[in-house]
Amino acid sequence: MVVTGIGAFTPLGGDAATFWEGLLAGKSGVRSLTEEWAAELPVRIAARVAVEPGEILPRPLARKLDRSAQFALIAAREAWKDAGYEAPATDEANPLAPERLGAVIASGIGGVTTLLDQYDVLKEQGVRKVSPHTVPMLMPNSPAANVGLEVGARAGVHTPVSACASGAEAIGYAIEMIRTGRADVVVAGGTEAAVHPLPIVAFSNMMAMSKNNEDPQHASRPYDKGRDGFVLGEGAGVIVLESAEHAAARGARVYCEAVGQGLSSDAHHIAQPEPTGAGVARAIDDLFARNELDKSEVVHVNAHATSTPQGDTAEIKALRRTLGEHLDHVAISATKSMTGHLLGGAGGIETVATVLALHNRIAPPTINVVDLDDDIEADIVRDEARKLPVEGRIAALNNSFGFGGHNVVLAFRTV
Amino acid sequence: MATREEVLEGLAEIVNEIAGIPVEDVALDKSFTDDLDVDSLSMVEVVVAAEERFGAKIPDDEVKNLKTVGDAVDFIVANV
Repeated sequence: MVVTGIGAFTPLGGDAATFWEGLLAGKSGVRSLTEEWAAELPVRIAARVAVEPGEILPRPLARKLDRSAQFALIAAREAWKDAGYEAPATDEANPLAPERLGAVIASGIGGVTTLLDQYDVLKEQGVRKVSPHTVPMLMPNSPAANVGLEVGARAGVHTPVSACASGAEAIGYAIEMIRTGRADVVVAGGTEAAVHPLPIVAFSNMMAMSKNNEDPQHASRPYDKGRDGFVLGEGAGVIVLESAEHAAARGARVYCEAVGQGLSSDAHHIAQPEPTGAGVARAIDDLFARNELDKSEVVHVNAHATSTPQGDTAEIKALRRTLGEHLDHVAISATKSMTGHLLGGAGGIETVATVLALHNRIAPPTINVVDLDDDIEADIVRDEARKLPVEGRIAALNNSFGFGGHNVVLAFRTV
Repeated sequence: MATREEVLEGLAEIVNEIAGIPVEDVALDKSFTDDLDVDSLSMVEVVVAAEERFGAKIPDDEVKNLKTVGDAVDFIVANV
């Protein structure tokens, strides 16, 4: 499988190119929340998308889509076009048969703002005013279904849900769709739009979020001794995956190979990471056991690293357990230091970042590491982007883990 | 009492808001579904907005009979 298209709608930019520029420049997308509802919240910072979707989508379309589906649609359109497709597969102008095209888009929470906003409408304005679009807007498969409609996907539209691993699991599912012959092309990724008082308070009451309201741009600080939780982000990242044969036959531009995925589950705790990294290590082992990938090829990891005290350390321990001394030669980037944590969208935008890191042979930085945690015994790309080896075939991993103990590791490699 | 012209003008504004169709294209002979991109879900929105604007009550089982803009104008004028 190969990646032939990318799209990103993120706190650092409204398309993949500006997202990548922002990452390389070490920009933070985190800002103070200035909305009236935020004033009394314990957490008043978030990484909102850089461009409002209402500036891109026509109003009649936007009002029928949850914000998470708006993000996904914009990113998917970009990826579709980037892959060289002009028309949906259902259009005769596109030689791709719709029966050979799939769409797999996930989010962690689904249309939560629609659900909560419409409940407000019900209470404040009555039964008659609840939007008839509420159900197709709030269902978690709505972004996948809307992207499937957009590109004309008839091989299957799917939405795996695994909290913050959802986006990565979607891309893994897409890889399997192609590997098992169900499709030749799959549009895949993750999206999330949960910047709303209820999710913020709920995560905050779990003691999972940074409360560094005074210094938003430095609040997301994976691997730093002073890290105090994640910063909520929003947005979407989508790729077009294609069988190598299909891509070659149509002469498509190829960013990199999608090697495969490794999966595991912790069976440890509903929301705490397994502290020794054993669960994550099993996912990494699974990746190498089931795919033709040599550890020595891995030169870069886009880490899950959300900036929580326990999670960041457990992930590094898992990488050390599985890669051993080779980990010293692996450039690790925690891009959530810049984008915040997009929950189900994280696996989407971080896959786009990983694909671009391989394609350009450069690893984006991890910002805000002022005082590296002593437990982080690994080569963190700090402050500035770093060149990856210019010669030979190189591979990179993208890690995503979710509440519930879901571990997903995706692997990509230069062609 | 709203005149037919006033109801048509109001409906045109509602359809413009919901489906993005230019007001001047919302004519009496236009079908909501076939011409104006108003699907069955959006039709519910049109009905609720029209009820609010004209003070009419449009029963749920009446909505399926409102195929064209003209049908809706007639019903609203007769039932306000």
